[in-house]
Amino acid sequence: MVPAEHALIVATILFCLGAIGVLVRRNFLFVLMAIEIMLNAAGLAFVAASGIHGQPDGQIFFLFILPVAAAEVAIGLALGVLLRLRYGTLDLWQIAQTRED
Amino acid sequence: MEGGLIAFWILAALIVASAGVAVFARSIVNAAYALFFSLFMTAGIYALLHADFLAVTQVVIYVGGILVLLLFGILLTNRSLEELITSSRRPYWVGSAIAGGIMAVLFGILVSTSWPEQSAQQLPATTAPLGVLLLQKYVVAFEFSSLTLLGALIGASYLVRRKERD
Repeated sequence: MVPAEHALIVATILFCLGAIGVLVRRNFLFVLMAIEIMLNAAGLAFVAASGIHGQPDGQIFFLFILPVAAAEVAIGLALGVLLRLRYGTLDLWQIAQTRED
Repeated sequence: MEGGLIAFWILAALIVASAGVAVFARSIVNAAYALFFSLFMTAGIYALLHADFLAVTQVVIYVGGILVLLLFGILLTNRSLEELITSSRRPYWVGSAIAGGIMAVLFGILVSTSWPEQSAQQLPATTAPLGVLLLQKYVVAFEFSSLTLLGALIGASYLVRRKERD
């Protein structure tokens, strides 16, 4: 069987990859996808913890992450449309500079 | 016993590699497909962790629903793809340093925590206990999460509504 601790290591690496994406990318849609990766890593960690403790409660939390991810994508895309309408771009740096001016 | 571990690490390498592509790719379509691949492989890891119900859920909802929604949104809302393809990145080192710090803290916690040794005890088929838990112990949270999703969807469609007065 697979030691669930290894899955926790993978979840940590995935979470940090997503964090790099959130911090480094300038395009709004890439940031959304990086958040998606981070949510997926959190779900993986919950499932791994559920395996470690031999209890199904952790898997329930994965089922609660699913609607959060769906809501994040829906609202994120709506905000993307609004950003595009108001600033004409999805580049977060350009938007930040426009707001400062 | 060894086969499961080898399959696990192959899957893990594929997941991390495609997540890296999704984060660092220049073209957003490439990134979306890499994300698709990464989420799909995660279902394989769930199957290896004896979470069979979640493996199917991951494929059906995450890959089939959320990611297709994301892909549709990307392809429908962006009229000029050139701008996205040439989208540049911030200087790497600040973000990478912060993420590296997070990673160091998380690995420190991972190493210093003493995990219970009963991991050999495996869960039986998980679908039935999940259903019982979802409708008894966690029923309030379950209903509340569905309300959250409903509110988010209504809010999203309210945000992008067509303004009648303009």
